Amino acid sequence: MDVPMITKRARLNESDPNERVELSSQPVTQGPLLSVRDLTVKSRRGARILNGLTFDMAPGEIVALVGESGSGKTMAGRAILGLLPSQVEQTAGHISLNGLELSKLSQSGFHRIRGKVAGMVFQEPMVSLNPAMTVGAQMLEGLLLHEKIPAKEARTRMVEMLRRVQIRDSEDCLSKYPHAFSGGMRQRIMLASVMLLKPKLLIADEPTTALDALSQREVMEVMVDLARNYGTGVLLITHDLQLVAHYADTVAVLKRGDLIESGPPKQVLCSPLSEYTHNLIDALPKRDRSRAPVPDAPALIEARGLSVAYNGGHRAFSRSTEKLAVDRAQLSIRPGEVVAVVGGSGSGKTTLGRALIGMLPIRDGQVVFRGNPVAAGNRDAQREFRLSCQMVFQDPYSSLDPRQRVRDIVAEPLGHSKQLSRGERQRLVEEMLGDVGLEALGDRYPHALSGGQRQRVAIARALIRRPALVVADEPVSALDMTIQKQVLSLFRRLQTQYGFACFFVSHNLAAVSEIADRIAVMHNGSIVEEGSVSDIFDRPQHYYTRQLLEAAYVAPGQVSPLSFARQLSGSN
Amino acid sequence: MKIRINAIVGGVIVATVFGMGLLSIVWTPYDSLGLSLRDRFQSPSMVHLLGTDEFGRDILSRILSGAGASLVVALVTVFFAILAGTLLGIIAGYCRGLVDRVMMVANDALLAFPGILLALGVSVVTGANKYGIIVALGIAYTPATLRLVRGTVMSLREREYIEASRVIGNSEITTMFRHILPNCAAPLMVLATSMFGWVILAESAMSFLGLGVPPPAPTWGNMLSSGRPFIESAPWLGIAPGMCIALTLLGINLLGDALRDWLDPRME
Amino acid sequence: MKDRSLWYLLRRIVWTIPTLLIVAGIVFLMMRLIPGDPAQLVLGDTATPTQLAELRAHLGLDQPISRQFLRWISQLVRGDFGNSISTGQAVLPLILERFQVSATIVLVAVAAAAVIAVPAGLVAAWKQNSITDTAVVVGATIFLSIPSFWLGLLLLLFVGLKLGWLPVVGYVTFSENWRAALSYLVLPIVTLALVETGVLTRMARASAIEVLRLEYISHARAKGLPEYKVLLRHALPNAFAPILTMIGLALGHLLGGIAVLETVFTLPGLGRLLVDSIFARDYPVVQGCLVFTAAVYVFVNLVVDLLYPLFDPRVSIK
Repeated sequence: MDVPMITKRARLNESDPNERVELSSQPVTQGPLLSVRDLTVKSRRGARILNGLTFDMAPGEIVALVGESGSGKTMAGRAILGLLPSQVEQTAGHISLNGLELSKLSQSGFHRIRGKVAGMVFQEPMVSLNPAMTVGAQMLEGLLLHEKIPAKEARTRMVEMLRRVQIRDSEDCLSKYPHAFSGGMRQRIMLASVMLLKPKLLIADEPTTALDALSQREVMEVMVDLARNYGTGVLLITHDLQLVAHYADTVAVLKRGDLIESGPPKQVLCSPLSEYTHNLIDALPKRDRSRAPVPDAPALIEARGLSVAYNGGHRAFSRSTEKLAVDRAQLSIRPGEVVAVVGGSGSGKTTLGRALIGMLPIRDGQVVFRGNPVAAGNRDAQREFRLSCQMVFQDPYSSLDPRQRVRDIVAEPLGHSKQLSRGERQRLVEEMLGDVGLEALGDRYPHALSGGQRQRVAIARALIRRPALVVADEPVSALDMTIQKQVLSLFRRLQTQYGFACFFVSHNLAAVSEIADRIAVMHNGSIVEEGSVSDIFDRPQHYYTRQLLEAAYVAPGQVSPLSFARQLSGSN
Repeated sequence: MKIRINAIVGGVIVATVFGMGLLSIVWTPYDSLGLSLRDRFQSPSMVHLLGTDEFGRDILSRILSGAGASLVVALVTVFFAILAGTLLGIIAGYCRGLVDRVMMVANDALLAFPGILLALGVSVVTGANKYGIIVALGIAYTPATLRLVRGTVMSLREREYIEASRVIGNSEITTMFRHILPNCAAPLMVLATSMFGWVILAESAMSFLGLGVPPPAPTWGNMLSSGRPFIESAPWLGIAPGMCIALTLLGINLLGDALRDWLDPRME
Repeated sequence: MKDRSLWYLLRRIVWTIPTLLIVAGIVFLMMRLIPGDPAQLVLGDTATPTQLAELRAHLGLDQPISRQFLRWISQLVRGDFGNSISTGQAVLPLILERFQVSATIVLVAVAAAAVIAVPAGLVAAWKQNSITDTAVVVGATIFLSIPSFWLGLLLLLFVGLKLGWLPVVGYVTFSENWRAALSYLVLPIVTLALVETGVLTRMARASAIEVLRLEYISHARAKGLPEYKVLLRHALPNAFAPILTMIGLALGHLLGGIAVLETVFTLPGLGRLLVDSIFARDYPVVQGCLVFTAAVYVFVNLVVDLLYPLFDPRVSIK
């Protein structure tokens, strides 16, 4: 490894004469790479964020910090680099990195460590690169800050590193701006930029959360590969247990700032000691073999050769070259049946759902409801269609009108049932609120509710008129894991209870195994495969289906939700 | 907390100004229009707290009446500009397509007249008087409201609860009035507060130029204008009205800031 | 890629034409709405019916409105803004002459304000919610609340009259005596600059706060960059593009309001020309001023729009 220039520099521009920064090039063979003892972080107002976190990381080890939102895991990563936001401070504890005690470090001390000894990769790829600088300039900046090498050599190293992270045309990449790249590519560029300096520690703060299912796996494989290669220790901060099971050497579970338990993943995840960990694992979707088969009956709703254009089809120059969001989709749903539609972003699954219930204009084909084409129906028939098909949206933070009380939101659809009296309506609303577990919250406004509670309101609103079909557009994707489980269980229970058919959209194949009767896989606007849950999971035919399964860390025929075997995918 | 101070100081100032205006309707220490050539150019004293002007009129009384005049002009103007701008903005934002295009081009043309230029132009048509200036300023500030409302409506349209409203069976019109309009209230309030300040400043400027409310009726702007020739010999003629304008604007700005901060976390 | 940028440029430029046409239309409409017979307004009360009729024909007032409008537009395009009723001078040269004065004041004032405001706003955003930040915000708010004409009056009183440092009335052009010309301009520029500094500081701060919130700032820090580099190389370029837009708006806005300042300091600028000609009922000049100022504002906005891609690479692709 290159001898860092830091040793000399540190002695020359010391800001604090008492501080001696000695960073040797050899890894500290005795003792851990990273040692965290009793780390306590509080907000300036006194709110507790981390409470006495203690763990070690050996050189080259992958340690995962797992928790839901509010667990303090992000702040742990930031504390190591001294990047806590201004309203938060470390009040107690010691962090020792490569033998260096960090809590005594001044700002300039941190500047010397950051990037060189410890690098960090952030969560949001869309805003983590400066949009006003070329990729090359940004990477160069980080590199030249810590190593005095001629420009040509720097360029060679950058190109080489970009190739290692599977960026094609790595030469060209340097002169492009970040917006020319997709989320997954940007994350890999960030990785390259950080690993250029071959740091001892890589802190990865939810590096794949904001990515597509397929990109997630790519990025993780690249990251772990690089880290193993350079002997870099990785602190993986995540909420995704699949990642932990698959890649981590040690896992530490955090809840509300407290360390609940830690150990090797096989031990912690297969035989958890605490109830919380048990709940986390339980929240992972399992295949529900107890589901009763749906009675055979004529289809409730069908999409026949349905095509939907982008932009509502306004600006197409020629029909033949027009790219379709949904291309001649053929799908039928029986009464009471749950059909899960799965695919990556851009696959058209959400568009199909919306077009099916008439929320988007159709370019070609038709929708048939209860045996009658919808488009041909008279006003009343169309109205009935509209009222029988409802939708639950993805984002709990924008699907409820912030100006309406919960009670009014749930009651609004009843405005179309003219025959009900006011008393009857109130009764129905109360009943519905009770069914979703929100009895006491009828008078609240959405901003006072949590994400999970808001989704319950959205579900209540969709179900109050007992629709025949519900399109659920990734209804739990935006929620924390244990909350996802709660809301999904609620949804399942209500589906069994009320017996509505469901078009369930998801980007994660594993997640739908609990609720689906049938699964349809979509790719680039077409339905590429369709079948029962066991058909898809155990005998996938189409390559894209297999890719999705792989991205969800599900091997064909696998029974348990967690897969521990790590394979380095040779493809790409 | 800084925010509270904003609101308190701003609120006190604005309340005082309103108080002054309301008070002037029923009582002023002296008659604002009462000439008294004997008492010309008296410097501030116990008899005339702010002195007298070139016609011997008590400046304090004129300040009070001026407050009333400026406030009336500002309130009416803002009311009309907001009303017109909101109606048009909703139509443009919700209908989109050709209707929106046409309205936007026309609106941009109106917005091409910077600052008070449009108001100056319109005042040529309406003449320099109280009603004229209300019309002129009302027309001048409608485009800004239209643009804001249109922008808000267009961004709200993307929110899922608007789509949800259509899914549960509401018509476009119902959605517009039940869901979009109430959610425009917050940005509109902020705009109205800022606009109030702009109009007061604009009205003073125009009155200062002689194109607004004409003397002898007092408004802070025209008091400043008539006090200008005597600025060296009798500076109190120019200082008091200007100070009032500055303080009023400060109060409105502070209040506007506090309002924006208060509404912000509640929005999302 | 180059092709697309050119296309964007052309489209943007072409799009200003309908706006300008409508601007002209609005001015035309306003002038026609003025009560009274235009010919009478020109000739006064002593004119005979024959003279009036003659003038009406000459001005083309007997033709249909649309014809008149087109005629007027074609004249404008050729640079013929008509003649002043009071002085008989050609309007456009007069406007251009006056415009020089106004433009000088506005440009220098805004430039000076920007030089102070941008760093101040950046620092305030960086130290958000600290005492520095509060001081900057409060200071900026106070300055922008002061009406420019009052501040000008006060400065005139103290610096000009009481202290006698700078002249109070009058103006000479640069070509005649640049030192004197400068001394006449200092006070109005300082007045305007003070007020605008308040406005621009707040805007710069708001823009910088937005940018500092974004993750690439944390990323830059995580690389080990010292704070000042983070601000200068990462925050400033990204905060600048919106600030540029605001500066453009400020320029235009001031063009409209400069009349008051020119009145206070009795400067022969465009704003005062407009006001004087309104009083003098010199409608060709009024028309000319309105159209000209609006056209300049449209042009300034165009320039700002076209400069935007330079600072924000994301935009040029659009």
